Amino acid sequence: MDLAYGPEYQAFEAEVSAFLEANRDRWPPAVGATREQVLAWQKTLIANGYAARTIPKAYGGYGAEVDILKSRIIAEAFTRAAAPGGLAGQGINMLVPTLLDVGTEEQKQRWIASTLAGETVWCQGYSEPGAGSDLASLRTHAVEDGDDFLINGQKIWTSTAKQADMIFCLVRTEPAAPKHAGISYLIFSMSTPGIEVRPLKTMTGAAEFNEVFFTDVRVPRSQIVGGRGEGWRVANTTLKHERGMLGDPNAAESRLAAIIAMMRAETVGGERLIDNPVLRDRLMQLQARVLAMKFNGLRLITSQLADESPGLAALIVKLQGCEINHQLAAMAIDVLGELGVLYEDSPHLRDHGVWQHRYMFDLGLIIGGGTAQIQKNIISERGLGMPREPKTVEG
Amino acid sequence: MDFALSQDQKLMQASLAGTLDRACPLERVRAFAENREVVATDVWTALTDLGVPGLLIPEEHGGLGLAVLDAALVAETLGAHVAPTPFLGSAVLAPLAILAAGTAQQQSRWLPALAAGEILAGAAIAEGISGARDGAGVRAEAGRLTGKALFAFDAEQAGVILVADTDGGLWLVAGDAPGLALTPLTNIDLTRRLSELRFDATPADALAQGDIPPLLTRLRDVAWTLLAADMLGASEVMIAKAVAYAKERRQFGRVIGSFQAVKHLCAEMAAELEPCRALVWYAAYAQDAAPAEASLTAAHAKAHLSEVSRFVARTATEVHGGMGITDLLGLHYWFKRVGADRQWLGGPERVRHLAAVIQGLVAA
Ligand SMILES: Cc1cc2nc3c(=O)[nH]c(=O)nc-3n(C[C@H](O)[C@H](O)[C@H](O)COP(=O)(O)OP(=O)(O)OC[C@H]3O[C@@H](n4cnc5c(N)ncnc54)[C@H](O)[C@@H]3O)c2cc1C
Repeated sequence: MDLAYGPEYQAFEAEVSAFLEANRDRWPPAVGATREQVLAWQKTLIANGYAARTIPKAYGGYGAEVDILKSRIIAEAFTRAAAPGGLAGQGINMLVPTLLDVGTEEQKQRWIASTLAGETVWCQGYSEPGAGSDLASLRTHAVEDGDDFLINGQKIWTSTAKQADMIFCLVRTEPAAPKHAGISYLIFSMSTPGIEVRPLKTMTGAAEFNEVFFTDVRVPRSQIVGGRGEGWRVANTTLKHERGMLGDPNAAESRLAAIIAMMRAETVGGERLIDNPVLRDRLMQLQARVLAMKFNGLRLITSQLADESPGLAALIVKLQGCEINHQLAAMAIDVLGELGVLYEDSPHLRDHGVWQHRYMFDLGLIIGGGTAQIQKNIISERGLGMPREPKTVEG
Repeated sequence: MDFALSQDQKLMQASLAGTLDRACPLERVRAFAENREVVATDVWTALTDLGVPGLLIPEEHGGLGLAVLDAALVAETLGAHVAPTPFLGSAVLAPLAILAAGTAQQQSRWLPALAAGEILAGAAIAEGISGARDGAGVRAEAGRLTGKALFAFDAEQAGVILVADTDGGLWLVAGDAPGLALTPLTNIDLTRRLSELRFDATPADALAQGDIPPLLTRLRDVAWTLLAADMLGASEVMIAKAVAYAKERRQFGRVIGSFQAVKHLCAEMAAELEPCRALVWYAAYAQDAAPAEASLTAAHAKAHLSEVSRFVARTATEVHGGMGITDLLGLHYWFKRVGADRQWLGGPERVRHLAAVIQGLVAA
């Protein structure tokens, strides 16, 4: 065990910090950033290797060798400086790695660079009204018609579908095959005729996701990723990327730091909130959990470097990471008390209402990307070797 | 950066586990507990062959000269075996104190004998860490100690006992010193021994006064870390036992491990405990390699493992049904072990208060 980074990495760490300091005036503001500011920052980050770092130059990335330590140093330095990181989202985090894995050369050329630059926004069309946790029972179907697929059906809970230019979508192409073997992965434009998007307002008050209806949507057969009937396998490579993204310990660490700062600054009846022993005890409990997940992250990196299977240490990340983030938001609104229920543009609102928003939004993250219960199934079956649920006749 | 155990550490842990499987199976633990033995000499001798008593003692004094991280791996393995050993007093607290603050003469008098397992050491430092109860407190005057100390570790057959006085001074007292009376305190955890010490103008040998407050802090931090490691090891075994039982026991024509309610209990235990391993490793590593983080990570390891191991202990018991609470199954040895680790040297609420103090969020 040796947690020092070594001279090469220390120099790199200094380089990242110096970059962030020197470019402070280009950081998009945390709230109310314009699209131009965000895209310009993304461009700067890619040019310097702080976003899309290991993606080949030919596809619009920075083209560095994979170096997990450097990636981590970047993430840590951004967290420490509270600097806005590169763009995230389903296109960059899920579609791009999938295309890199299994896309054709033409698909890579066509989509990766514009996605990384933030010019092409994607949505993920997996879930359906009848296929949530049991995703493989999805029924939206595509039939061949000349050089095209003709798609009919409905998706739901599709985040950012309203803003998206493109969708990566699971559809049933082989109705006679067993359910996992009958699915294909298609990518197509959201402006294709026959697509209707109906926003679904969530409890935060915003329409964070949508219903998407397909009526005779015509998509060229070349826009399949992987082969026919291979969609389940292709999608699973993407889900792996999604779960890593959802449990990120760096996010939890900076939220914890923000709560500590708030508890030191805010007073009730003249008493600092940090001096309230009950709240402080709760804060310390959360700090222990955040630290444990951070150190668990170090363990994961080391096992990745050594090419060892991380086992349980990886399987628990989505469950624990999302739970801790939600608890942090809950802690923050409890610390704020009555101020913690103010919202939107209310006077006395703190931090632009971000904690109230997160308290609701982060509950969605516990559900999305594989619910907590599904995570526990995975942990017990793959991590502890317990038996799978007996199959019912219906399924 | 390398956040993993070395090959040597893995081997050491495996050979220790092998030794304990042979020298300290559950029947041996049960005999120790039921007969109220004071020291399991056979077990300690087996561990002495591996160098455990001298783990933290430098080679020049006959020890292995290893680090707190290695001691944490030992503690984890001892916890896994609910091993009845005077590890904390003899192999950790007394040697660390003597090493840090003893004169050359004190070191050569005690360290080689401790490393060789020829004598045992106790430690009566609880009041200085978790606070005094029932009027406890030891006053020092002109090289003599008067008063009482509760919750002393491993003191009953100790050749030497480390004692903290109410001013934060540290002393060495011979086990047979005049004016020293000892009363065993019956613990729910019968795998380790606690006692109350009464001093009446008992002659004592001072450890260098200069560095004392930081030394007591270091002893506290190391002890917290090792208690956390003990809970980690004990909790792992409780989960493994629950999972194994769930894969075997049948009800309603299926193994109970195929019921989702049972699977999810097991998944929750694993999900809570798994990050604890990294927390304990990090805290243990910090004790030697990252002094600025040593106190905070030790506090969090101690408090968090106290909570997680309590959850694991009750849940693993539940998974076993009625069998879980029987003496016959013996799961209660692990259940009680983590119960004791939780309270010793401060329960989680006190330790979390100190965690806030340590990082300057509030005054002490
Ligand atoms: C904020 C948010 C954003 C999302 N974004 C997208 C998106 O962009 N694209 C997309 O395709 N989907 C998206 N989803 C959908 C998400 O993947 C599904 O909501 C999720 O997989 C659960 O499916 P469901 O909602 O149908 O719930 P169900 O599957 O109906 O689950 C309901 C309850 O039953 C439990 N349950 C179900 N099956 C089991 C089982 N086998 N064992 C134990 N318990 C079970 C669940 O844990 C849950 O508590 C999003 C969801 C949210 C909340």
